Amino acid sequence: MRRIFTLLPLVVTAAAVLIPDLVVAAGGKAEMLIVVADKRVVDWSVSKWWVDLYNRDPFMFGLWCTIFTGLLGVTLGFITDQFMKMTGLDLTSRKIVEH
Amino acid sequence: MEFWYMYMPIAGVDIFWPGLVLIGFSVGVIGGFFGMGGAWMVTPGLNILGFPMAFAIGSDIAHIAGKSMVSTFRHSKFGNVDYKLGLIMVVGTVIGIECGAQIVMYLERIGRVGPVVRWVYVVVLALIALMVFADYLKAIRKKKAGVVDEHGAVGFTWYKTLHNIKIPPMMHFKVAGIYCSMWLPIAVSFLTGVLAGFLGIGGGLLRMPALVYLVGCPTHIAVGTDLFEVMISGLYGTFTYGVKGRIEIWAVFVMLCGAAIGAQIGTVATKYAKGYGIRIAFGLAVVACMISVILKQFRIDALATVVILGAVGAICVYICGIMFKGAAEELRAKKQNQRLAA
Repeated sequence: MRRIFTLLPLVVTAAAVLIPDLVVAAGGKAEMLIVVADKRVVDWSVSKWWVDLYNRDPFMFGLWCTIFTGLLGVTLGFITDQFMKMTGLDLTSRKIVEH
Repeated sequence: MEFWYMYMPIAGVDIFWPGLVLIGFSVGVIGGFFGMGGAWMVTPGLNILGFPMAFAIGSDIAHIAGKSMVSTFRHSKFGNVDYKLGLIMVVGTVIGIECGAQIVMYLERIGRVGPVVRWVYVVVLALIALMVFADYLKAIRKKKAGVVDEHGAVGFTWYKTLHNIKIPPMMHFKVAGIYCSMWLPIAVSFLTGVLAGFLGIGGGLLRMPALVYLVGCPTHIAVGTDLFEVMISGLYGTFTYGVKGRIEIWAVFVMLCGAAIGAQIGTVATKYAKGYGIRIAFGLAVVACMISVILKQFRIDALATVVILGAVGAICVYICGIMFKGAAEELRAKKQNQRLAA
């Protein structure tokens, strides 16, 4: 019984991830925005691909947005972390003092 | 002049990119220090720079997700993130947000959503601010009276009463140093989730004080654990807003460059701040947010934006001051120790 109670949060979390409509992140539900990006005004091939993706496949666009954001978050976190280490500060311990 | 502007291919507008870096940096500092996403600060800033509102909200959420990752990793290294507590709270938050959204839909049906949501928001923010300042005064009185526990003098200890409710299963959250019923963090996150869903915000603003006052987390761990939750909900928000075509990823990249530096500064600053320093600055941020909501309610939008951006600037300078002063002292002490050892 105790095991079931322990596993319950994990199961519900998994369900929340697998059933996306249950989760509403900041700002509430967004309505579908019908805007077509103009490919003619971009000249870089990566930008062209990105605009194309936006116009043609909203699902993949959303997925790539999430992947790029995650990757950039991790990469920038790593790089800035290296810079912080170079300062010579102790970045692994701290005292918890409330007052 | 062209150098200072960047073309956003999806939104189709030219944006002053140093402004994006500055917004990212400021919110990175504040978010890393308080443990919140800070959507209420970013969205008006992006709107001023020229983003249509639809893109401002989506890009803001994506940037918050990336920024929270940087802060969470840094807090994690300090031992400020209780992952077990964070994961359990996600459950309550998810269900709570859905319930809050349902209440909003009901209010929409009866045509009362706008004013009700704004005024509830104001009341909630006023209560949080009141609680933070009253708690601070109580902690001062306790300190003077010599009533001090392992982390120093603390004001309100409602969590101690809540910890006495022993509904199984009981759980030990090692990082936070809490032993309580599993249902306590779930119930607290459910309540904050309902409010967040109802108000249409991420919830960091509500969860951080709830973790401190109701669950009993030390302030630093409340900040780190809350950021972990913001990261999860932010990534989901990025996906859902992306599918709906509301994200300008180039703007997110530029903002993240500033936010990553800001997040490191804000997070490391928590090391040099006492818990109550964080709480009081948080209370002031909440007051600024409350004033801006009131001004918006009376349609004084320009002044509301000035209040938000002014508060963001002032709090950001305050946090950077803590960080640089603390770091300088630490390095000085380190050099002195090395000299003595030699």
